[in-house]
Amino acid sequence: MATNQAARANGLRVGMAAARASAALVELIIQDHDPAADAAALERLAIWILERFSPIVAVDGGDGIVIDSTGADHLHGGEAAMLHRLVDRLAGAGITAQAAVADTWGAAHALARHRADPVCVAPRRHGADILKDLPVAALRLAEETRDALSDLGFATIGDLLAAPRAPLVLRFGETLIARLDQASGRRVEPIEPLRPADIIETHRNFAEPIGAAETIARHVGKLVVALCAALEAKGLGVRRLDLVCRRVDNRVEAVRISTARPVRDVARLTRLLCDKIETIAPGFGIERMSLAATLVEPLAPRQKLAALTDEILPDVAGLVDTIANRVGEDRLYRLAPVESDVPERSVRRIAPLAPETGHSWRADWPRPTRLLRRPEPIETMALLPDHPPVAFTWRGVRRRVRTADGPERIFGEWWKRDVERSAVRDYFQVEAEDGERFWIFRAGNGEDAATGSQRWFLHGLFA
Amino acid sequence: MSFATVPMTDLESLRTRIETIQSRRTRQTSVLPFGIPVLDSRLPEGGLARGVLHEIAGGGRSGGDAPAAALFVAGIAARTKGKVLWCLTRPDLFAPALAQAGLAPDRVIYVEAQDDKTVLACMEEGLAHGGPVLVVGETARLSMTASRRLNLAAEKTGALAIVLRRWSRPNEAADFGRPTAAATRWRISARPAAPLPAPGVGRARWHVELLRCRGGEPAAYELEACDETGRLALPSDLPDRPAMPRPAHLNRRRAG
Repeated sequence: MATNQAARANGLRVGMAAARASAALVELIIQDHDPAADAAALERLAIWILERFSPIVAVDGGDGIVIDSTGADHLHGGEAAMLHRLVDRLAGAGITAQAAVADTWGAAHALARHRADPVCVAPRRHGADILKDLPVAALRLAEETRDALSDLGFATIGDLLAAPRAPLVLRFGETLIARLDQASGRRVEPIEPLRPADIIETHRNFAEPIGAAETIARHVGKLVVALCAALEAKGLGVRRLDLVCRRVDNRVEAVRISTARPVRDVARLTRLLCDKIETIAPGFGIERMSLAATLVEPLAPRQKLAALTDEILPDVAGLVDTIANRVGEDRLYRLAPVESDVPERSVRRIAPLAPETGHSWRADWPRPTRLLRRPEPIETMALLPDHPPVAFTWRGVRRRVRTADGPERIFGEWWKRDVERSAVRDYFQVEAEDGERFWIFRAGNGEDAATGSQRWFLHGLFA
Repeated sequence: MSFATVPMTDLESLRTRIETIQSRRTRQTSVLPFGIPVLDSRLPEGGLARGVLHEIAGGGRSGGDAPAAALFVAGIAARTKGKVLWCLTRPDLFAPALAQAGLAPDRVIYVEAQDDKTVLACMEEGLAHGGPVLVVGETARLSMTASRRLNLAAEKTGALAIVLRRWSRPNEAADFGRPTAAATRWRISARPAAPLPAPGVGRARWHVELLRCRGGEPAAYELEACDETGRLALPSDLPDRPAMPRPAHLNRRRAG
């Protein structure tokens, strides 16, 4: 019997008899195990991950999904960030997940099930050491092998690694050693990527394996032409494009590119893919390349010009894609106003090609050009309650205030946090003797201790 | 024909040809004037030339953060039309302030790069693409090679390229003096504003130094900061005064 979180909170455990469980908890809903439906749901989930996270995704056993993140994690800001985002998005969909990233499928499988909380990132080139303390059950073994091992006193993978290999092979067959080697990276284990039935894909097989960057680029160009023809027939544009290269040594190298808007432009897609060729390690050669449009969207011809008198402004979508594939999607953004008086909350990031809002900030008070990430405490000499400081010391430099403007009183947003219920900040724009201008504030209204600590902070630099 | 007998007309035509080759860029590309005659007349093309690289840094004690230089750039951006690509490593630019200088938030696309190298690479990408009218990059160091690459990329599309130098360590500040391929080099520092009749802070005033200018002379000005349309202005209390006397170290003309 499997349980969900609510059931576990009420004292039920995996492996309990159904009769006993329903006796312990009257409201318990018991559903029969339906392996076919589980498998179908898992595959749907894998396809969802394929569309959003990585080009190589496959179902791992009955309860897991294996993802090869090579060539895709840069789009999500690194491995750890990608795992957190994956787990968060699954949690948003009501799925509790544990995730781990490691050098091998076997190690990631073991860590996700026995170490992740909810994520775990193994150091690169971890080898077998990281597996030593994990139970034998983490090795993807058949149930009878697991039982036999525990009968013989093998509790952890470390015990197995320390034992001589020949007797293990004699007693348990080749599988056990294969699993050990796969987990520690001594044996290659390719992932057969999952492909949805209706995916648009083109591929090329090479009688003579290819390896040179120029050759790869040439064949990428040919693949893109074929793919774009197929896309055009269906009126689609690509948002995610995966290039999967199978090497002669059975390893798979993958590259993923993503675009901000659906694209069907041969030159642009070729350029985006060719930028990434240097990340492909061809090894002894590539014998098969396939190009799949993992996420597509309808692409209808658009009218570019509303009137002949309009000025044509060049389209930057191509540039946005090029840079996004280089630095990561969430590092490219526009800033849009938020209705908030608290300065650090008045700005939010939106997608670089989001429709123009036409909004701006209210301009009745001057705002500093640079806003410090966190207000920095300063030492001041000031007259309470309404006067700006006469002098202040910031980062060890003392500055005398020549002129000042203020206060601009900003109230806390009581609907956000309880502590902001009565919080007040009094902002002053001050000009130091040498003409430099700063944005400083006092936490509190200068009289009432409930409104803040009455300490002074520097929050921004004016031009 | 011996060279000694080359007629004067041929020599002159040769001269014009060399001139054309040397200033090929400036003839082809347009210019963004500041709208301040004293300043524009000092620049060989009568304004900030498009299709070349310009280098701007901050001065004074908070020179490393360069708030005035950033707003100076925002003012330039506000006077152009089209998208602006702003590449940076430290995302502390406060967009409401840029909007107050006339740069609408819809026009700016920010790239938050991991390091200076990526900033320069993204700038080059943006310049070569030609979509953005202005590409700004905030970086501490700028080598001769990098600046040449940016210049070439800008030249191809005629986009305006600006490197905003900002640093966090004093040894990086020294890098600003090194030669680069930039057409102009500016330093913007804050100056005390003119006193108001009532208590309060008036319009900010900047010391705008044109440290180096290809085909022109260095100069320095006392100007009023950007207004809500990004325009600078001559202070009203010294409209007829000549530009500030030049510091001695600037009197030496540098090779362009």
